[in-house]
Amino acid sequence: MLRIWQSTEAARTFLAVILGCILLWEICVLVLKLPEFLVPSPVTVFHEFSKKPEFYFKNSLSTLWVSLGGFGLALLAGLVLSIGIIRSIWLERTLYTLLVGLNSLPKVALAPLFVIWFGTGSTSKMAVVISIAIFPIVIGTVLGLRSIDPDLINMARAMRAPQKQILWKLRFPQALPSLLSGMKVSISLALVGTVVGEFIAGNNGLGSTILAAQGAFDTTQVFVCIVLLGVLGAILFYAIDLVERYLIPWHPSHREHKKCAASPQHTGNATTAVV
Amino acid sequence: MMDSYLNISEFTKVYSSPRGDVHALERIDLDIDEGQFVSILGPSGCGKSTLLKCVAGLESGTRGQIRFDGEVLDGPPQGLGMVFQRDLLVDWRTILENVMITAEFMELDQKIAKKEAMRLLELFGLAGFEHHRPWELSGGMRQRAAICRALVGNPRLLLMDEPFGALDAMTRDELNLELQHIWLQSKKTLLFVTHSIQEAVFLSDRVIVMSRNPARVIEDVRIDLPRPRTLSTRGSAAFGQYVIELQTLFERVGVFKGE
Repeated sequence: MLRIWQSTEAARTFLAVILGCILLWEICVLVLKLPEFLVPSPVTVFHEFSKKPEFYFKNSLSTLWVSLGGFGLALLAGLVLSIGIIRSIWLERTLYTLLVGLNSLPKVALAPLFVIWFGTGSTSKMAVVISIAIFPIVIGTVLGLRSIDPDLINMARAMRAPQKQILWKLRFPQALPSLLSGMKVSISLALVGTVVGEFIAGNNGLGSTILAAQGAFDTTQVFVCIVLLGVLGAILFYAIDLVERYLIPWHPSHREHKKCAASPQHTGNATTAVV
Repeated sequence: MMDSYLNISEFTKVYSSPRGDVHALERIDLDIDEGQFVSILGPSGCGKSTLLKCVAGLESGTRGQIRFDGEVLDGPPQGLGMVFQRDLLVDWRTILENVMITAEFMELDQKIAKKEAMRLLELFGLAGFEHHRPWELSGGMRQRAAICRALVGNPRLLLMDEPFGALDAMTRDELNLELQHIWLQSKKTLLFVTHSIQEAVFLSDRVIVMSRNPARVIEDVRIDLPRPRTLSTRGSAAFGQYVIELQTLFERVGVFKGE
């Protein structure tokens, strides 16, 4: 029982902070007597949500789907591009330079262009997501694949290891932490991209709901959508965090608790070696 | 000359840098017999690590050639084991898996290789640690695992590039003894790069002395000390004689100028 209590400490702290924020929000609205069309109270927001939960659920799901789909495609394309950039100097000089250049372009400006090209369906929304989410993945992966110890490669080459094995057994695992931190940035940007896409080309999703509510001056509805976007963002981020814990448990950022697990009675034996 | 196991002849390596050509190795001539323990001793920057990389086929020379077991070297030869100053164990593999990476890279029979890996780990006092992660082990234990990784493919030629340079003095002594023990058992040809005179004399049949600027071999000293050598060997008069001889040599080429 005590163990369960201790193991959920991080989650309890998080919950307490969230509840604290909501409470503060409620108090501010009550004390400052803020009008509902400017800042609705949490109770009003929750009431609005509970009136038509399936409507919000459906729109959240649509937003989630576009974000995840776009993110998945960006991940796939990003990985392929990164491996290409690493393996060919020519691709590095052309593609990588081009990508870095494009990254400084505000992708929001591209959204209307995608609508012209792909129409107002989910294709243009995903195009916005990919154009925003791909950069952190490529930059993280290329950096990770490159920052390998040259002697590690030498060790493998001295054993006449094939290039493919060096890539999959040394370079790729070494690049994983860097790739995953790129993915964490990327997944948050994917949600941003989705909302931008929905603002411009959408008849469903939380982004277009916000836009419609703004037109109707329905501030409460806008707030419901914003809260839901926050929840979605947190879920997506922690999903990547979970993947990270599973994929790289050996990384220094995840292994503190494991260090104590090394049995001390063994350490004594080690010094009495062969001689 | 053609009969020696490892033959380096007229080997020169020149780097071109913006400030002109750098002669990393200058006309190296060496013959090493099978089963010999040979140390390459020299101050830092004398090109001894470069020479080792060239023998491994990881780098090529500008002139001259290296022949290993009758064949001119062109890339890493078959049956090579290599140990570096850093252990180069990867964190995402356990100790056993790290050792077994050799079997995967060399495409050896996994079952036989695993048996050999376990035998080596036990020999080096790492039994019980095979499922630990590298970061859970001390520096000396990690380097032991790296040596196991090099040995698991049963190499014909073992190259060691200052393998104990990063360890504390006590661990270094331990590992010197363990290395001698395993070498006496297997009689592998071993090329050992070091900048410690004591270590070179203690371990080797032969010490090749290199100087810096130009990077060339200046002496080839045979060490006639009975084996197995123990830590007390280092207190013997003969051992001291060798150390003094080598020190004098370095003084002559200006390495210990400050003293």
